[in-house]
Amino acid sequence: MTDEELRRLILELICEIAPEADPAIARDQDDLRETFDLDSMDFANLVVAIHKRTNIDIPEADYNKLFTLKSAIAYLLAKAKA
Amino acid sequence: MPALGADMEAGTLVEWCVKLGDHVKSGDVIAVVETQKGAIEVEIFADGVVSNILVPVGERVPVGTVLARIGGAGAAEATSAAETLAVAARTPPSPARAAPEFRRAQPSAAPQASRLKVTPVARRRAAAFRLDLAGIRGSGVEGAIRLADVEAAASKASTAPPAVKRGLDLSEMRKAIAAAMSRSKREIPHYYLSETVDLHAALAWLERFNAEKEPIDRVLPAVLFLKAAALALREQPKLNGFYENGTFAAAEAVHVGWAVALRGGGLIAPAILNADKKSLAELMSSMRDLVERARRGGLRGSELMSPTVTVTNVGDRGAETVTGVIYPPQVALVGFGRVVMRPWVVDERIESRPIVSISLAADHRVTDGHLGGLYLAAVARLLQEPERL
Repeated sequence: MTDEELRRLILELICEIAPEADPAIARDQDDLRETFDLDSMDFANLVVAIHKRTNIDIPEADYNKLFTLKSAIAYLLAKAKA
Repeated sequence: MPALGADMEAGTLVEWCVKLGDHVKSGDVIAVVETQKGAIEVEIFADGVVSNILVPVGERVPVGTVLARIGGAGAAEATSAAETLAVAARTPPSPARAAPEFRRAQPSAAPQASRLKVTPVARRRAAAFRLDLAGIRGSGVEGAIRLADVEAAASKASTAPPAVKRGLDLSEMRKAIAAAMSRSKREIPHYYLSETVDLHAALAWLERFNAEKEPIDRVLPAVLFLKAAALALREQPKLNGFYENGTFAAAEAVHVGWAVALRGGGLIAPAILNADKKSLAELMSSMRDLVERARRGGLRGSELMSPTVTVTNVGDRGAETVTGVIYPPQVALVGFGRVVMRPWVVDERIESRPIVSISLAADHRVTDGHLGGLYLAAVARLLQEPERL
């Protein structure tokens, strides 16, 4: 997957979890939880959804690497290549 | 129309999920009603056959109004949906519940229409369509206007029934919260206690518990809080129940109302049934399902009627402490603040530890601070032994 594909995927999954979310407001460096008002359950569901769609293993200890779009894309790309 | 909360006085029927002659069994969803807390699915608690549907789609009726009658197989005689629901419902002493008089919304027909022969269901349908009965020719006995006549007239006039509003109206929910919380603060002499608890053992155990699991099977710290709060209620049953008509009645089960914040504002606390008996995995699954349905719509009436206590967890983006307002007629609310890293004395050394502030708001008419303190101590103790949760 490319950067752009991952970006689109993450935002698409966030919109499924928080239907009122406007993906246009997402900025790469911002905390997705703040931007889209995601609580712990939403974030856990986002990890579940990313795992389902990409089959990338995401240990709980790495959850903080998914907090921003930029770090999430970098993390998922690295894991996909590994 | 069941009372789906201490403050509910009326609801609008927005969908019938059954029709005349349908067989229903206890637990089936028979209708959807719009309340200040959004669209709620109403269940039936008897088996039988739908013999009469009394309230048409679009009509707003007071709590206590009979929505439908169930008879036939499994029911010795006709049973009203509302009566059956009322058995399962807690009946908080709000004015609407204290005097459950059968109040029908009066159709806004022209004065002369009252002299017409009109079947009740046709009259209500005409009101829903905003049709003048005087202009409708009746095909029934002695020219009585029947439902079919009203629907034919509506179809001719190309008048659709007014769109029934579905979905959550946050201003209405705010009114419901205001009513319930004002009543709580007016009637319940709250007392408040808090306990600061080291979560080192609990979170380390949870990390191991989750380590080998797929993301869908992992458990959030909130689940440990929920289970500890529920188990501790077994030790202090006077915090789990209802204060009504001057008397406290302990609940027979621990049904935790789990407070769910809605995006854009608002709060709802549907029940996680028998929370003290469920495994952590079951609680996680129940919580995930409940949060999703609370936000999307699709909560069931029984889930709003059955909580025996409320637990609120502000989560990792919330405040450090939370002091709650009891949801009447319950007598306690347990609050978990945000987990924060703080200096903590361990074996006379200072270490950095994950800490949570746990609070109890309880009803002084039922318990005192000593008992409340014992409860919080029990929650703290249980969180030190997470493998037993």
